[in-house]
Amino acid sequence: MDQAVMGGGERAAGVPGALVDAFARIVGAAWVVTDRQALRTYESDGLLHYATVPAVAVLPGDGAQVQAVVRACADAGVPWVARGAGSGLSGGALPVADGVLIVLTRMTRVLDVDLPNARVCVEPGVTNAAVTRAVAPTHFFPPDPSSQIVCSVGGNVAENSGGAHCFKYGFTTNYVTGLDVVLPGGERVQLGGPELDAPGYDLLGAFVGSEGTLGVAVRAWLRVVPVPEAVRTLVAIFDHMAPAGEAVSEIVGAGIVPGAIEMMDSPAIAAAEQIAGAGLLDAEGRAPGAALLVELDGPREECDGLFDLVAEVCRRCGATEVRLARDEAERERFWKLRKAAFGAMGRISPNYFVQDGVIPRTRLAEVLERIDALQREYGLTVANVFHAGDGNLHPLVCYDAGVPGQARAAEELSARILDACLQAGGSITGEHGVGVDKKKHMTKMFAEADLEAFQRLRCAFDPAGLANPGKVMPTPRLCGEVPGPYRRHPLEEAGLAERL
Amino acid sequence: MPSASSVEELAAAVAAAEGPVRPRGGGTKLGWGAAPPEGAVELDTTGLDRVVEHNAGDFTAVVEAGARVAVLQARFAAHGQMLALDPPLGGGGGAAGDEGRGGAAPGGATIGGVIATADSGPLRHRYGAPRDLVLGMTVVLSDGTISRSGGKVIKNVAGYDVAKLVTGSFGTLGVIASVSLRLHPLARRHATVVAPSSEPERLAAAAVALAARPLEASCFDLRWQDGEGALLIRFDGVAAEPRAAAVAGELPGARVVVEDEEEWARQRELQRRRDGLVLKVSTPLTGLGRVLAVAAAHGGTVAARAGLGLSWVGLPAGADAAAVRRALAPAPVTVLDGARTVPDPWPQLTPGTEALMRAVKRRFDPRGVLAPGVFAGGI
Repeated sequence: MDQAVMGGGERAAGVPGALVDAFARIVGAAWVVTDRQALRTYESDGLLHYATVPAVAVLPGDGAQVQAVVRACADAGVPWVARGAGSGLSGGALPVADGVLIVLTRMTRVLDVDLPNARVCVEPGVTNAAVTRAVAPTHFFPPDPSSQIVCSVGGNVAENSGGAHCFKYGFTTNYVTGLDVVLPGGERVQLGGPELDAPGYDLLGAFVGSEGTLGVAVRAWLRVVPVPEAVRTLVAIFDHMAPAGEAVSEIVGAGIVPGAIEMMDSPAIAAAEQIAGAGLLDAEGRAPGAALLVELDGPREECDGLFDLVAEVCRRCGATEVRLARDEAERERFWKLRKAAFGAMGRISPNYFVQDGVIPRTRLAEVLERIDALQREYGLTVANVFHAGDGNLHPLVCYDAGVPGQARAAEELSARILDACLQAGGSITGEHGVGVDKKKHMTKMFAEADLEAFQRLRCAFDPAGLANPGKVMPTPRLCGEVPGPYRRHPLEEAGLAERL
Repeated sequence: MPSASSVEELAAAVAAAEGPVRPRGGGTKLGWGAAPPEGAVELDTTGLDRVVEHNAGDFTAVVEAGARVAVLQARFAAHGQMLALDPPLGGGGGAAGDEGRGGAAPGGATIGGVIATADSGPLRHRYGAPRDLVLGMTVVLSDGTISRSGGKVIKNVAGYDVAKLVTGSFGTLGVIASVSLRLHPLARRHATVVAPSSEPERLAAAAVALAARPLEASCFDLRWQDGEGALLIRFDGVAAEPRAAAVAGELPGARVVVEDEEEWARQRELQRRRDGLVLKVSTPLTGLGRVLAVAAAHGGTVAARAGLGLSWVGLPAGADAAAVRRALAPAPVTVLDGARTVPDPWPQLTPGTEALMRAVKRRFDPRGVLAPGVFAGGI
């Protein structure tokens, strides 16, 4: 699979020179990138299979500059894509060849920390980890994608990012109380705010997770929560995945809501151990069949009581060993094992695809069997790393792009894993987003009437279709005029009606 | 009154409507929002009352909009589970129209009605609002299109979150046909700290201090009634009693109540009034003292989510709602019960968001037939 096939090629493209001049006036010439070599920095996000060089990249320094840039794009009818840290895994920040890339990495100010009200206000380029740093040591920001050291709040908002702790704590959408947004027409509106339940439609809820297609957030109010009193972490080692899955079901079924409950299979453990060194390999360097990382957090009495119960459940389900983290250093090693898995895959396989399918937790065993059958059918290795509590699988489909046909086979295998997730009643994406990568699968999950309702929402925000075009929806669509009694004069409709 | 007992019937009824239609579930909150237009036809959804799926092992369920919340809770409780939504389920009244139809239908609020009004109770402290518990939704749009968003799994980011948009939209964007919901384990043990005080400022300060601590309470409320107030903090789970006792030990005059259902039922009841008004107010946590003081000055009651900054202020009939709103400004105030006794029950929308909300309304309901005029901004 070469770039030309997946990325739409590297067609030389441009935007009007007057627009580039306008950007220079808005942000200063130093923050407008037109050099093709320099622009290649931005050709991909975290999903490197796709690459498109934008016509121009602009790096605004504040919300007013973002608004001016978006307005200039609207006036010129030029599409644009907003980009944060570029760590996304669905090609959501893939540039448009004839368009503008608005890079938000300069906007890294923490604007307000209000701990008595449990709120932080930040610019979109602030990293996820920096939010927690800003409110430490008493509070933290729960969404914690594996990329949290680099990924930005703006990207978390666009993708409704999750992470290892969302089974207990929820997702980005549960922690964003307000956004200051520049709409694709250039208007600036505040959705929600520092307080809850702003009057009117929950536009904030619609915006979070809309993958940069409804506008660009230039400020975010985030809810932070007090750091739990106690944290207890264990790793249980199993010979096979099935008993580990059983342990997950028993723990959750007993009404225990762990802070995190993560599962890895043998190939994933083998790869991650090369970086993490958590001591899970045997004397011959072989990885066990499965590892379950369970973390309980909360009030001390509660944690202590439930922790023994969890360890007992793991043993009863056939764990060959249960290791309790004795101190913070050991806990960090356990977590490194889990979080290193993606990066470590590069050491055991030249290339890999990451999938992000979700299944109802009770269907885990059968879907894992299906994945196992598929990897044998295709003769490829699939390593499994997942958020077991919420059924979010991250199968890593390993392949060698140097072997003719293998990339295509790996892509087909990935698609069939998603089919298995959907057949089990799940979803094609739990936290990475649809972006450009999974839009072809949208029709397997949604009917035309569903997609049409999505388009209604998109058109209300972006009637001209300029914000991150070509993402989320399986086929390009235009916004028709609105029929019915609210229709305005045709001239007004064509010009300003939707901008108001 | 047209009624529907299947999604297809519902879609046909909506598509056939030639004028304004208004979905109706249990009829317990018909007095909320601005008055619907004369001649608006009510569309009864209570025939749509099936539990389509209850996936106990996955802690999820798919239910039709007309299912009574009380019936659902009993069904989930049999499996040791709950839907973590506990708004008052009976009618408050106050709207002339309700009484004329004999008040709330037996059985109380439906899940569709609770979601359409984004109503919630004390459990919101830990588990969030309806928006946070709805995993997916099937909605009938004004042209009769049956449209689905979200899914049945607890984690899913595929497609736009239309379900959040429809939640709390008072039937103005589409008619909810069914919802898929996240469920939670039902705790076997509870204990509630009740810490009384007759000084609003003191209560509010104690609430702010407690909110900054990792108590992991399941409910955390403030109450004000008849010149007396209290903090109510509920703990669930194996260590509920010792945890409650530890907190009670720090608060003067506090006691621990183990049989605490009545305390919380009373708290929920303060969110409704058969006469007079109920105002929902949103403030920072540090603004709760002001809400208590204003309510006290106007002879009102308060039930507040102390960790969230949401208050339900009850006022006696004849109270000066405008004065209370002015005193609470700039906090947005929505008049729930008694909505029709004030010129506009909704807070002012900012011009930018109002334009965007109108654009959303036009896209979803271009015919303008779904509960026109009942929502904020006259939408």
